[in-house]
Amino acid sequence: MDERSIHGMSGAGTTVLGADEIILNMGPQHPSTHGVLRVKLKLDGERVVGTECIIGYLHRGVEKIAEHRSYQQFAPYVDRMDYVAAVSNGLGYCEAVEKLLGAEAPPRARVVRTILTELQRIASHLLWLGTHALDIGALTPVFYCFREREEILKIFEKYCGARLTTHAFRIGGLQYETYDGFEAETKRFCDDFAHKIDEYETLLTENRIWVERTKGVGILSAEDAIALSVTGPVLRASGVKWDIRKAMPYAAYDQYEFEIPTRENGDTYDRYLVRMEEMRQSRHICLQAIENIPSGPIMGKVGKVLKPPPGEVYHAIEAPKGELGYYIISDGTTQPYRLRVRPPSFINLQAFDSMARGGLVADVVAIIGTIDIVLGEVDR
Amino acid sequence: MPDDAPEKDRPLAPVGGSAEPPEGTPKDAAAGSPAAEMKETAKPPAPAAPTASATPAGTKPAAPAARPAVPAAPKEPAIKPLPLDNELVQRMKSRFGAAIQEAWLDRKQSIIVVARGLLAEVARSCRDDEEFDMLTDLTAVDWPKREKRFDVVLNLYSFARNERLRIKAMAGENESIPSLCAVWPAANWMEREVFDMFGIVFEGHPNLQRILMPDEWEGYPLRKDYDILRQDTAWVRENLGIESGQ
Repeated sequence: MDERSIHGMSGAGTTVLGADEIILNMGPQHPSTHGVLRVKLKLDGERVVGTECIIGYLHRGVEKIAEHRSYQQFAPYVDRMDYVAAVSNGLGYCEAVEKLLGAEAPPRARVVRTILTELQRIASHLLWLGTHALDIGALTPVFYCFREREEILKIFEKYCGARLTTHAFRIGGLQYETYDGFEAETKRFCDDFAHKIDEYETLLTENRIWVERTKGVGILSAEDAIALSVTGPVLRASGVKWDIRKAMPYAAYDQYEFEIPTRENGDTYDRYLVRMEEMRQSRHICLQAIENIPSGPIMGKVGKVLKPPPGEVYHAIEAPKGELGYYIISDGTTQPYRLRVRPPSFINLQAFDSMARGGLVADVVAIIGTIDIVLGEVDR
Repeated sequence: MPDDAPEKDRPLAPVGGSAEPPEGTPKDAAAGSPAAEMKETAKPPAPAAPTASATPAGTKPAAPAARPAVPAAPKEPAIKPLPLDNELVQRMKSRFGAAIQEAWLDRKQSIIVVARGLLAEVARSCRDDEEFDMLTDLTAVDWPKREKRFDVVLNLYSFARNERLRIKAMAGENESIPSLCAVWPAANWMEREVFDMFGIVFEGHPNLQRILMPDEWEGYPLRKDYDILRQDTAWVRENLGIESGQ
């Protein structure tokens, strides 16, 4: 295979380099790019003077597939976008189709959905914390994080039989009742997790190496974040107090008390602190929800064959990585006419350039980690 | 489409409207909604029935009971677009006149169609004058049978108002759309993706290249005339060394 034919290289012929500049290729097979992300770095010594992300290695054409599947058939595909937060993807999709249909999930289903989605947020943040710390050189946290994440995955497995690509929800509600001991196990996890999270903090928060490697690294101002459409913890670490769970509540979030953690500096350290606090808040939501799961049906009134009235809807949820939106157009048939996924990872990754430019090459890994991307969702 | 063929044969359950009158004759109820619709149109001669119902003993007493339920018209879509003419639309109309072509509400979400040429100005005005400060999403839709086949769709969000607004602009096959990169830098990758998937050219974009598909790929996958099994076989052969990716 000659160089020209390697994906993405053909347009590179026009790059003009200064006398001291070099191009360094990172990825797509690099342990710290969290998947198949390729970054071309333009360096002046150790300083990054330009970056280019080359993506698409995992492109599967999810939006095209959606046009050829019925609404129910497409639901498992969304799990395979952000595959470390499949439950959140499913929630967004099911709610978007429900909105399109004018249907609503019953209260019990909404509360169970909320619990599982918050557990998924903790699991996703734990995976992020472990691998992010590993990238920067702290080897220990990943073992603890995976230990706790395992507990959550066990709850998922008992609930629906799958650990990662769960397909936990159905359009209109839930397919499965909660299993015996669901409440007790979730409560036990939440109770234990309170001091586990303090434990992670003792490893990192005041660790001098961690602070040196993250403070002041990859700064993103609030104005830049909004101009670049960045959402989720990255936006909140830049000082914008905005969370869709509060701004436009969905599922059962309007019933629970929780805080939106924010920080001001918009650097890697602040993004770390915001996500740590978010895990505490998710735990807090789970504990409130588990106290009082309403009884009643778990499936709302939707037909076996779904034919939403013609029209369109945009519905977004606060996924662990940011705003996950579904824009669906129905033409009145059983298949979506068009389904667009607004992927948080793809859009947040675009801010990588402004965060990395001017920094050191050693910080690039920290910045990729702090955005928290999943390439399955970037490429779809 | 092999997928939807079996569904067409199956009796269709009414999704939006309520169930059919349980009192109806069993034959009609079993036939499903298409038959129910036919029955409805065939019905109009019936109004004489209240007086006549006593004489034709053939019809069951269920018939008068069923009639009040029929005008409930389950065929009427519960959700339908409503015209939108609020202050925001009026302000935009006063600013841009005929460039604001249409406005409606669909499922409580505002949609405004603007002329293609003024899209960047309208977007800038939404950002600066109407506080829609974030471009949440930018995408496109292909309607191949329409004269102007593409819709470019912007989803805007306003932090101050906690509101979303959808703006659409139509473009024909060989027409370009003004790029929004100068208004929102976030538009950069989103427009590249639309170019990649639909082949819509954004005028003034700093780096309009494919982003997800390989640079040399032929064709635009999300167009409706691009079959789901189709691929650039020449590219696959040359770069992957196999005959077909399937």
